[in-house]
Amino acid sequence: MRPTPYRLVRRRRETRDTATFEYVPAGPEQLSALAPGQFNMLSVFGVGEAAFSSCGESPRPGAFVHTIRAVGALTQAIHRLKRGAIVGLRGPFGNPWPLARTAGKDVLLIAGGLGIAPLRGALRSLLKAADPPRRVTLLYGARSPVDLVYRHELRQLRRRGQPPVLLTVDRPDRLWRGHVGVVPKLLTLAAVAPVQTIALVCGPEVMMRFTARALGVLGIEDSQIYVSLERNMSCALGFCGHCQFGPVFICRDGPVFRYDRVRPWLDIPEL
Amino acid sequence: MASPPHTTLETNAPPGSGSAMERLQCILEREDFPRLITVLQEQGFEVIGPTVRDGAIVYERLETAKDLPEGWTDAQEAGQYRLNKRQDHALFGYAVGPHSWKQFLFPANSRLLSLHRDGNGFTVETPAEPAPRYAFIGVRSCELRAIAIQDKVFLGSGAVDRTYAERREPLFIVALQCGVAGGTCFCVSMQAGPRAETGFDLALTEVLEETRHYFVVQTGSDRGAQILAALPHRAAFPEEIQAARRITDHTARTMGREMPKADIPALLKANYDHARWDAVAERCLTCANCTLACPTCFCSTVEDVTDLTGNHAERWRKWDSCFTLSFSSVAGGITRASAKSRYRQWLTHKLATWHDQFGSSGCVGCGRCITWCPVGIDITEEVRALTQTAPPTPPAPG
Ligand SMILES: Cc1cc2nc3c(=O)[nH]c(=O)nc-3n(C[C@H](O)[C@H](O)[C@H](O)COP(=O)(O)OP(=O)(O)OC[C@H]3O[C@@H](n4cnc5c(N)ncnc54)[C@H](O)[C@@H]3O)c2cc1C
Ligand code: SF4
Ligand code: SF4
Ligand code: FES
Repeated sequence: MRPTPYRLVRRRRETRDTATFEYVPAGPEQLSALAPGQFNMLSVFGVGEAAFSSCGESPRPGAFVHTIRAVGALTQAIHRLKRGAIVGLRGPFGNPWPLARTAGKDVLLIAGGLGIAPLRGALRSLLKAADPPRRVTLLYGARSPVDLVYRHELRQLRRRGQPPVLLTVDRPDRLWRGHVGVVPKLLTLAAVAPVQTIALVCGPEVMMRFTARALGVLGIEDSQIYVSLERNMSCALGFCGHCQFGPVFICRDGPVFRYDRVRPWLDIPEL
Repeated sequence: MASPPHTTLETNAPPGSGSAMERLQCILEREDFPRLITVLQEQGFEVIGPTVRDGAIVYERLETAKDLPEGWTDAQEAGQYRLNKRQDHALFGYAVGPHSWKQFLFPANSRLLSLHRDGNGFTVETPAEPAPRYAFIGVRSCELRAIAIQDKVFLGSGAVDRTYAERREPLFIVALQCGVAGGTCFCVSMQAGPRAETGFDLALTEVLEETRHYFVVQTGSDRGAQILAALPHRAAFPEEIQAARRITDHTARTMGREMPKADIPALLKANYDHARWDAVAERCLTCANCTLACPTCFCSTVEDVTDLTGNHAERWRKWDSCFTLSFSSVAGGITRASAKSRYRQWLTHKLATWHDQFGSSGCVGCGRCITWCPVGIDITEEVRALTQTAPPTPPAPG
């Protein structure tokens, strides 16, 4: 439960309530790097601690980078931190995305809201993989155009045309020329060969449930779909009981699960 | 929590095979019993055992054998607990009370870290004070099982919890072979009692006869044998051993409750939407009493507190419960908003998903959750209702 001190060296505003933070070790102690899909527990002095995923940036060895939305006491405190401030980190925790399974396959990365953060890590790894997938498509939905994070990067990807990026928003503004509506609707636009597709999904639980069903309709087996689940977490070590999801602890057995293994539980309201 | 100080628990393990101690049973006379507490104290243990406080038998630090609830017993029913005088001078003539041993091994509040601000950073200290060396007296079979279950949670499932490990490793256990079954006890149907076979250093059966009051003592470890050696004792006669056996046999036949015989994990997993959950939710106050009284519930939360200067902070771990709303809150809302979903989490965790997580049931049949429920909700009754009304062969997830 002992956090390791890290120093905040960089922050980048992403949207009105979301920013990306980079920290480097403040002392001799260092934690091992996060694989895409894994997470840290991040502490702010006297405020508390919570889980944050790897967002896939690795600007310098030993650094950690998280994209964080300000939703409550701790995340607002993180957003108020000045450069040079010390935070505490623990980790890495959890199982990463199964990137080794994607070699030669068609990969769908499907994100809702801040679910883009852990999937951006997956995307970055896949784009430089030694044994790359055949095709990668990114599907990403946000509340409104101004809530899209990593906008600069998305624009670059779209300009290059590779990999294809499909965006949708719930509430368009006057300038929005992309799609409108829920993420599963984008699926009909993605080029997929069902038998050799692997889908990695992260977002709000309802979005993942509907997306997984829509993938099923396209003929993609449950065992080819991976979801990253979220629950309240306090310890990340399998002791505090908070992250229980039926028979599993999300902190220890997840957060990434093969969909067929958790599907019956995802369908139970208020589990 | 990361680096285990001790990962194995040899201390309450049975002595090497072939050891004569394993089979040997001895007699400790009532008048020599106080020596047991003194000898343990001389060995540097803080002795914890049952005592009467505020109308209940609780577990607290014992100074002498006089602190034990001599001549007391309890009457327990769903939502009811009352102390009564016994006709005799039994030291252990009652069932379990509102406390369990978990409050000593897994304290309700424990300081994990102290943080001190310096410059624009801070330093982190882990508590330096040594953990207490406890000797527990009067640990029932169900409670031994509960300790074994928490061993699995805190020591045997991956990461090691330091707070627990530091207290558990030196722990000396004097078990008690139950002479009285409480009105809400059902250890027999959970295969958790009433006779303790392993997991103790010493085990006592209290025998009260017309003209004699003595203890039959079994040793469960080399440490136990050493403590016994420091007490006045002699080998037991076969009649005395049989007398002790008859006591636990009688306790087994007089259980207050019974868990229905069924494949309970499959039953519960197939009935997440059973109407019974709505019925129990109408009675449940979501007060969390059951989880606090339960000797196996292990859930906790972490809180940071700062002093007035803002330069010192402490991180505390506190017992939490799946019955609170904050337990399941995430940025998107509360996962288990209804009382139904919270009661269902409790019961299915105890009796079904605990098997997936830790390889056993999370219930040992101690009856505390039944006795200390303000509205008398009975875990055995809830399961019985499900067995009697569930559709015959529903598909089970997972
Ligand atoms: C595996 C995992 C990875 C995550 N990755 C990211 C990430 O990359 N970026 C990001 O911005 N967020 C991420 N989160 C969510 C983040 O942990 C919560 O938003 C954060 O805990 C809110 O803390 P707070 O103190 O600011 O909010 P609070 O003041 O505690 O409350 C704000 C809201 O968040 C809820 N909440 C409190 N604690 C938690 C908790 N431990 N987990 C979830 N919700 C909680 C509250 O109940 C309330 O509804 C992740 C969560 C998990 C489980
Ligand atoms: S669930 Fe009830 S009967 Fe079972 S161990 Fe916990 S308190 Fe005892
Ligand atoms: S029943 Fe509830 S409080 Fe007890 S261990 Fe399970 S989740 Fe935690
Ligand atoms: S976060 Fe504590 S058990 Fe998973």
